[in-house]
Amino acid sequence: MFDALGTRLQDVFQSLRGEVRLTPETTERVLREIRVALIEADVNLQVVKAFVDRVRDRASGQDVQESLSPDQQVVKIVRDELLALFGDAKGGLKPGGPTPKVILMLGLQGSGKTTTTGKLARLLKKQGKFPLVVSTDVRRPAAIEQLSVVAGKAGVRVYDPAGNLDPVARATGAILEARNTGSDVIIVDTAGRLHIDDELMAELVAIKAAVTPSDLLYVADAMTGQDAIKSAGEFNRQIGVSGVVLSKIDGDARGGAALSVVSVVGVPIAFVGEGERLEDLDTFHADRFVSRLLGMGDVLSLIEKAEDVVDASSAATLEDKIRKNTFSLGDFRDQLRTIRRMGPLEHIMKLLPGMGQLKDLGGQKPDEKQLRRVEAIINSMTPEEREHAEVIDGSRRKRIALGSGTSVEDVNRLLKQYNEMRKMLKLVGQMTGEAVPEAPKKRKKKGPFSLMR
Amino acid sequence: MGVFDRLTRGLSRTAERLARRFDEIAGLAPAPSATAPAGATVETIEALEELLLGADVGLGATTRLVERVAERTKGGQDLRTALTDEITSIFRGVPDPSRRPASGPYVVLVVGVNGTGKTTTVGKLAHQARQDGRKTLICAADTFRAAAVDQLQVWATRAGVEIVRAQEGADAAAVVFDALAAAQARAIDTVFVDTAGRLHTRVNLMAELEKIRRITAKAVPGAPHDVLLVLDATVGQNGLVQAREFAAAAGVTGVVLTKLDGTAKGGIAVAIAHDLGLPIRFVGVGESIDDLLPFDPGAYVDALFTRSW
Repeated sequence: MFDALGTRLQDVFQSLRGEVRLTPETTERVLREIRVALIEADVNLQVVKAFVDRVRDRASGQDVQESLSPDQQVVKIVRDELLALFGDAKGGLKPGGPTPKVILMLGLQGSGKTTTTGKLARLLKKQGKFPLVVSTDVRRPAAIEQLSVVAGKAGVRVYDPAGNLDPVARATGAILEARNTGSDVIIVDTAGRLHIDDELMAELVAIKAAVTPSDLLYVADAMTGQDAIKSAGEFNRQIGVSGVVLSKIDGDARGGAALSVVSVVGVPIAFVGEGERLEDLDTFHADRFVSRLLGMGDVLSLIEKAEDVVDASSAATLEDKIRKNTFSLGDFRDQLRTIRRMGPLEHIMKLLPGMGQLKDLGGQKPDEKQLRRVEAIINSMTPEEREHAEVIDGSRRKRIALGSGTSVEDVNRLLKQYNEMRKMLKLVGQMTGEAVPEAPKKRKKKGPFSLMR
Repeated sequence: MGVFDRLTRGLSRTAERLARRFDEIAGLAPAPSATAPAGATVETIEALEELLLGADVGLGATTRLVERVAERTKGGQDLRTALTDEITSIFRGVPDPSRRPASGPYVVLVVGVNGTGKTTTVGKLAHQARQDGRKTLICAADTFRAAAVDQLQVWATRAGVEIVRAQEGADAAAVVFDALAAAQARAIDTVFVDTAGRLHTRVNLMAELEKIRRITAKAVPGAPHDVLLVLDATVGQNGLVQAREFAAAAGVTGVVLTKLDGTAKGGIAVAIAHDLGLPIRFVGVGESIDDLLPFDPGAYVDALFTRSW
């Protein structure tokens, strides 16, 4: 996501390294680059102008801190201003409100409303809610079926009165159904529409009046261009929007539309959708987002993803093993599996500081296949071999290679890596926690994506 | 209603606003006189640049257009003619690589990222082919998105054409092969293949597309005769990246620009023609089955920059 914007800005910052002072000339050069980067990222022109002006003011004003080098100064100013653009609104749903909570999904055709409805239902279910979803899209062929299938995958209830093709009646029926079945959140999916389609906009107004939603989520495609603020603005004016869900940010779109919508329309981003799996929906955090944009990495999200898949007891066991230097190939395999559960490697890499620039080198993508191969090799070992790698001799290596469909060289490489890793871990173990960074304190068991904080 | 009327209707909102803005800009340009040198002022050129960037035309094409227009207005031409000519010439300069087979079915793959309107476009294309009296078959190769096949089934019924479908989760390339075999057996003239939406950054899915293309060629020599990339008119500069990636993986021969009935200007079409040399073939201007029109550069540019018709 957003890489190109981040990379371009990073290039600008890079060119500033080594400069001693921020002269008016270098400032202008930097501002020009920032302008181009933002325009190419589809940020609205008015927003670009205002942004560049503010950065210029601050860069030339008294605001410059003597202790920072020029590139650090610019990074700081740009970061501050980006954060200011996003405001201090929190991501996620609005806290509180009456039960059942009603969420209305809005958006243009093809922005990803139905998919997002399924993802959101799954996220809420994971947080201990009992969501009910209903489609009011009687227009698009098979839209109702699509939601039923998605809901089935997410394991949430669907309200689908067969034959009832009145959008308002379907929505109100869902509320009754929720009361009867004890669902505490209702997500109402709607037909995609153009913001200039008066008839359909009137239908939305009617649905809204009938179900009085607490959250009105506008689903915006991250690939949208300059038109983004017009459509989002129109939905906000006619229906009212409480939050934006930015979808499809796993592409390489630069997502400038997000900045525009937030700053021109004044609606906060609530969630971001990154991927086709149902789990691929996250609460939006402006500070992390900006850090990632500027290539500072997003360690907080990484920790949350890890917390999501690692339970405390197995983490303690692992720590113990590292201290006692009994980290076996079996443990290695467990770690690999944990990493793979956290999502595609590419996503994880992006959360690491400095990885923004790194992964552009040679266009190398992290290789999921490589991980699978390593796992296959370990799977082909006997339990004894996994615990005591030193027993693996030449003939065992040959057998393992055959069993895993790899070559003896692959097996050798893995064993070498494992041995080196053990050496490293031995050092870590000897430091007995002093130099090992303290693991972050486990937060409330509720899980990292709690919406109710 | 004639083709031109419908394009006008679809583009009218876009055009209204653009035209108003354009008139403001043109108004800035002083009439050439004996005392003042001819040519657009700096403000006019800057405003023009903004107008084009605001329409998603992109930096590359905008820079070229602005330079050329500045040049031409210096020569005494008026701003509107200069700009219209320049944009039209970008479109006209693009060769059309599509071919019709001498014998056997004419096979069209329809590709694109998620949510651009591929399935709807296939429905409309099939309807058109049927209207033209061609024996048409739709292949539902989107086996990934929930209920995509059902959606296409509805369109096939509306258009009155045959459809070959498979279970959700089936191998897309296998469905395509079956459909093409069926087409040849039933002496079908035209086959439209609806593929699953995929982000161009997904290596595996793009590889699947290459596979579909290979299978197509295996089933019908010389196929696919056309690979249409469906682009949403609201798309920003990422549209260019999408076009480039899909061209590399699937050998795109043309672009369909959908949802032009909104306020989006689809200026990315100019950028794609300019930067990638890909022709725009159709535009989608509404939700009903007739709302797909052949792209006409002259009409498009006129619709964008002319106030009266």
